[in-house]
Amino acid sequence: MSQEDASGAVLLTHAVGLHARPSVKLTKLAKTFQARVELSPSPEGPWIDAKSIVKVMAAKVPQGVHLHFRAVGDDAANAVAALIGLVERDFDEARADAAHS
Amino acid sequence: MQHTVERIGRPASPGVAAGPLVLLGENHALRTPTGDSRRERDDLASAIDRAVGAIRALAGKVDDEAAAILEFQVAMLEDSELVSPAYEQIARGTDAAAAWSAALADQIRTYEEATDEYFRARVADLRDLRDEVLRHLAGDAGGEMLEGAVIAGEDVTPSRFLSVDWSRGGAIALFGGSPSSHVAMLARTRGVPMIVGLGPVDLAGHVEAIVDGDTGRIVLSPQSSDWSTYRSARAARTGRAAEEGTAAMQPAVTANGVPIKVMINVAMPEELDRLDPAMCDGIGLFRTEFLFHGEGGLPDEESQYAAYRKIAKWAAPKPVVLRTLDAGGDKPVAGLTVAGESNPFLGTRGIRLSLAWPDIFKVQLRAMARAAVHGNVRIMLPMVTVPEEVDQAAVLLDACVAELAAAGVPARRPPLGIMVEVPAVAIAPELFANAAFFSIGSNDLTQYVTASARDITAVAGLNDPGNPAVIRLIANVVAGAAALGGDVSLCGDMGGDPRHIAALLAAGLRSVSVAPTLVGRAKLKIAEVVAVP
Repeated sequence: MSQEDASGAVLLTHAVGLHARPSVKLTKLAKTFQARVELSPSPEGPWIDAKSIVKVMAAKVPQGVHLHFRAVGDDAANAVAALIGLVERDFDEARADAAHS
Repeated sequence: MQHTVERIGRPASPGVAAGPLVLLGENHALRTPTGDSRRERDDLASAIDRAVGAIRALAGKVDDEAAAILEFQVAMLEDSELVSPAYEQIARGTDAAAAWSAALADQIRTYEEATDEYFRARVADLRDLRDEVLRHLAGDAGGEMLEGAVIAGEDVTPSRFLSVDWSRGGAIALFGGSPSSHVAMLARTRGVPMIVGLGPVDLAGHVEAIVDGDTGRIVLSPQSSDWSTYRSARAARTGRAAEEGTAAMQPAVTANGVPIKVMINVAMPEELDRLDPAMCDGIGLFRTEFLFHGEGGLPDEESQYAAYRKIAKWAAPKPVVLRTLDAGGDKPVAGLTVAGESNPFLGTRGIRLSLAWPDIFKVQLRAMARAAVHGNVRIMLPMVTVPEEVDQAAVLLDACVAELAAAGVPARRPPLGIMVEVPAVAIAPELFANAAFFSIGSNDLTQYVTASARDITAVAGLNDPGNPAVIRLIANVVAGAAALGGDVSLCGDMGGDPRHIAALLAAGLRSVSVAPTLVGRAKLKIAEVVAVP
């Protein structure tokens, strides 16, 4: 059994910050991985369980903050990469927003 | 067999009705704790399951935007972080409802403290979740069981009122509440008898009740003499109703021949299905809040357009006054209004809220400009305090009309008027030359002039639209409109109240907008009054 550690950070550009809809997407994606995944608005923590919508929402992360991820487990690297990708793509909402404006 | 009990409250909506008594389960008060922590845990788990099921079912029936909000609620309910503190409390001997309420109270507090407005607004979502689960926990029935019933409780929310099909009868009897609340307004519109301010009443053992909305009297477990009184009251009302029904279809004219415009206040387009446009001179107030109270969150442009178009077509060529969102105060909208303001009636409500959210406001203005193609549409701004607010709204409206024209969407720029309800406007109406028309919102004007909240039973007696100061301000607004060359109407409850009609006509008012059920009564009263031309 290989224990894998991974970490990374990404700039949160979403208009309101980490609000309800992005938080649902983020926690859903995090739950698809075996690894324990945590996030924090700061490299020093406090670290929050990225699979809990209650915890993620309660962190009230605003726009313009660097979101830090860390993971421990078999698929840790994939988990961090996938989550960073989701934030980078602005939670796949850009197209929907453009359609509204 | 229970003894007959009689209580007197304050009349809030006229009419008499009788039916089975249903206590509204707002809180966990309804549910009796089992005292067995395993049962409590199982009951909570199953209530959460049923709440999730209900929300999921709803999500299947709404658009994507609304579904996303519901998906968030489901995700919250399914997160063990939310539920486990409640289970821990239950293990320590707390009952399921109290444990769930406490767990949610902790969550709600963290959102109330948020500096970001968006996160603060999530308080409404969490309260919804709390109440939904409590409702399932109490085994509370949905709207169906409330049909034809006498609904009793501390207070009732507008959405709860609207979930009931009142065509099958029924009445409302509240321990608290106020005759000026929005539910009371809705009750008058729908002809649902309602009394408020009964104080605490022990309903245990009572299964039937008679409610008299004219006198404010409720009879629990009525005896045969009560039933015969009830039947003759119903018969007398039927006679009066016939007279009012005839009067409603005639033009309103005073005893000395002065024509008066009588328009109607409408809260939902569906109300018009049962009404004949010939009864009125137009729609003096369409309240758009109800579009925003659906389970699906904020309404999109298309659904708003469909509603406004229906109203415009119904009344055409008579005017239709569409009021832009009047949320805030006692009419919160999840995700939009500011929660936790120390005094919401003096806070971010009406036009203040719309100007704070121009993107949401523009969706409404676009829908209204599009509907204007189908009739005589006018737009009215609520809670205006200074002329600059009208200017700002006009800029947004012009931009919407220009954008629609550029996109080739048929639209028209409707006249932009204001609701006169803030004393600052009623005192100096001549400052508002930029408003195309005035409509006096006498309910809020009264509450601001008399400094008595419409929803506080203890001071509701002070909340009197007949107060000479209110009448004097109304006369001032009428004079101000005449000086500016604009027209003026009144869309508060006093316009349909026979006790106030003579004073309104004496103040120079020649147009009122009233609940559809009050049109006949208002016209009969107008016919008795001599108006000085």
